[in-house]
Amino acid sequence: MNCRAPAMDPKSIADNVAGTSARMLEQQLLHQAIELQGGKLQLDWLIPDMHCVGCISKIENALSKLPAITRARANLSLRKVSVIWDPKIGPALDQDRIFDELGFEHSVYDLRDSGDKEYKQRGQRLLLSLGVAGFAAANIMLLSVSVWSGAEADTARLFHLISGMIAVPAIFYAGRPFFASACNALRVGRLNMDVPISLAVLLALGMSIHESLVGGQQAYFDAAVTLLFFLLVGRYLDHVIRGRAREAVQHLTGITSRGATRIMPDGETIYVPLEEIDCDMSLRILAGERFPVNVRLCSESAEIDRSIVTGESQTVTMHAGELIEAGALNLSAPVMVEALGSADESFLAEIQKMIEAAENGRSEYVRIADRAAQIYAPAVHLLAAIAFVVWLYITKGNFNLSINIAISVLIITCPCALGLAVPVAHVVGASRLLRKGVLMRDGSALERMAEADCVVFDKTGTITTGNPMVEVVDSLSGLQRRIIRTLSSSSYHPLSKAISRYFIDTEEIELSKVTEVPGFGVEGIANKQKVRLGNPEWVGKIAKEDTGPSNLTNCQVAFAKEGDRLIRFRMFDVPRPESTETIQMFAKAGLGSEILSGDSLSEVKRIADLVGVEKYRSEKSPSDKIQRLQSLKQEGRRSIMAGDGLNDAPALAAGHVSVAPASACDVGRHAADFIFTGTGLGSIFDVWRISRETALVVKQNFIIAAVYNCLAIPFAMAGYVTPLIAALAMSASSLLVIANSFRPFLKESLLEPDQQSRARQEIGPEERYAA
Amino acid sequence: MNQLIILIPVALLLGLAGLIAFIWNLKSGQYEDLDGAAERILDED
Repeated sequence: MNCRAPAMDPKSIADNVAGTSARMLEQQLLHQAIELQGGKLQLDWLIPDMHCVGCISKIENALSKLPAITRARANLSLRKVSVIWDPKIGPALDQDRIFDELGFEHSVYDLRDSGDKEYKQRGQRLLLSLGVAGFAAANIMLLSVSVWSGAEADTARLFHLISGMIAVPAIFYAGRPFFASACNALRVGRLNMDVPISLAVLLALGMSIHESLVGGQQAYFDAAVTLLFFLLVGRYLDHVIRGRAREAVQHLTGITSRGATRIMPDGETIYVPLEEIDCDMSLRILAGERFPVNVRLCSESAEIDRSIVTGESQTVTMHAGELIEAGALNLSAPVMVEALGSADESFLAEIQKMIEAAENGRSEYVRIADRAAQIYAPAVHLLAAIAFVVWLYITKGNFNLSINIAISVLIITCPCALGLAVPVAHVVGASRLLRKGVLMRDGSALERMAEADCVVFDKTGTITTGNPMVEVVDSLSGLQRRIIRTLSSSSYHPLSKAISRYFIDTEEIELSKVTEVPGFGVEGIANKQKVRLGNPEWVGKIAKEDTGPSNLTNCQVAFAKEGDRLIRFRMFDVPRPESTETIQMFAKAGLGSEILSGDSLSEVKRIADLVGVEKYRSEKSPSDKIQRLQSLKQEGRRSIMAGDGLNDAPALAAGHVSVAPASACDVGRHAADFIFTGTGLGSIFDVWRISRETALVVKQNFIIAAVYNCLAIPFAMAGYVTPLIAALAMSASSLLVIANSFRPFLKESLLEPDQQSRARQEIGPEERYAA
Repeated sequence: MNQLIILIPVALLLGLAGLIAFIWNLKSGQYEDLDGAAERILDED
């Protein structure tokens, strides 16, 4: 190796070191914010436990008190708080602290991608179309009712003409989403639901214009516009739940460092962007930075956080000559490394490729509405064509009458109820999920979830909380508690945060010279005596007795006052609440569970025994996990993958359907179909249960729509359909479908929450899901 | 027949007013947090 010793002046090292973990978190927050005009930044927080006006005002008031914050606005529907602040006045970390103080769990929304804006604009366009269609439908109906109730010929004709004047611009404005989608489908030679819709609407419009000009009675303006109105409702709902189907890959690039400091052979330092980093370059990575590419360590040792690679958030000490994966975080002092390749050969790039490959595999899934359309659209066109030919034959060439009947067949069979059948049911499903604190990526996720037949869990962060539990081995005095509380709250290291949470009820005490020593812990001065919290051996150096390693087994953190005895803490990962029950409920419902973890065998076994999972696999790399999921797929199983880390992200994309906790890493969250914000694992079972119920409702809706069509088609083909009948039949079937979709929602609303949980205990899952 | 000359434009204009009000609501973001709006009315401050 041709590495030089890191040539740094001591002062710059100290700058880099002070408050390392706090600075890292601050950087991360700034990274996730978007810049507004005037140098202000906006950050959106996800607050799952915000339920009422009390929470809203508590949060908004507390945030508004910070001088840096210019606007804090809570959105209860989305469980989101948008904060706009001036980074020159105060750090983003203050917001994190406020949420901690108020006791709200919180995570950060990623605002950086442009897809969000596009999504919002599309939603607004649909709503505008919906408004226009609604306006037109109401006014035309007003006129049509007069015609149906027997207006004189002249009046009827006038009313038809006025209707036409409203309908033509309204249809061309509000129908655009359907016309555009139908054109796209036809261009690639396929049929979707929009083709019969567009055809029916346009033909109805054309025929009605013709009829009203010649003074006929068969004007279907109201049917055409009402149809668009109902379909737009469905389309908008579909859009709402499609939500933030954002590209996981886009976010992965956010984790990668943008560049690094290169040490030239002559000792000069220059900044190189990520794309230009290549094999054999000597780089200096500061504390709190991520390694941009796969590297070999040149400095003597380094403390790194490999959680991005393994999913286990534990600090690892690496020694000179060892390899470090791209994306790992440098925790302690600046280190010298040698690049082993360029950015597209790194570990992160590999993960990115795996996610892309896995997502491609999933895109073959055909949604239920599209499957229905593939049968439905040709059938409708065929029926209309038959009606036309038959009537042409019967009437011996009455072209006008035959085309009228063919068009009325198209109008009456128009998939109005079908267009609502899926989206309304899915919206109801999504809002039921939201009540349970689960966010959903898109509607196809609900369909896939309903088909699942086994569950694969990651361990750390998924089955377990990922926040270590604290056990104090030795006894503590009140003063010691207060010192520990103060020391621990000054660091953002995961273990330190866990200790801080443990002592949350203890008051803080004033300490001087509190500093974080990366890789070791926090120290300060209390009553002119040194106090330390952190690595037991490091703390042991100032403690009374010389503590040998035998006393330190299973103890990751210790505290001591200078010359006083050592106080040890044991930290261990515990399963999330409800995890045993969840696995039991899945088992009763016939879904087997297994654990797939990157952790060591003993640790995986401990947790597996604790929650009652019999099948477990340990020490699995991301590609091993994909392989396991693919072999399950080959066996014909449809797996629910639940995971949180970056190492799970490819597996999340590879599973038939996937769930991640809100605490998951960015990429994990975006590769997952469902995100649960609660702490309990029971949410995963709720997702499955609600998906099953939703799938059932969708099936019922299809049946309602089919029955309606079976009844209506003979009338239409026999030529008995009038505009009045068409309007009645269409609205009735749509309303029926909507009512059916809301049934589970109403049932759930009527049951009080406590009754619900009792019901869950009383009725075993096997009775409820026997179907 | 005469009253229709007044009534029909009135009906259409009322509908149009509703449509314009809706477009304004939508553009000014009043539909972005429906649950929040329902709760905020209970805020005592």
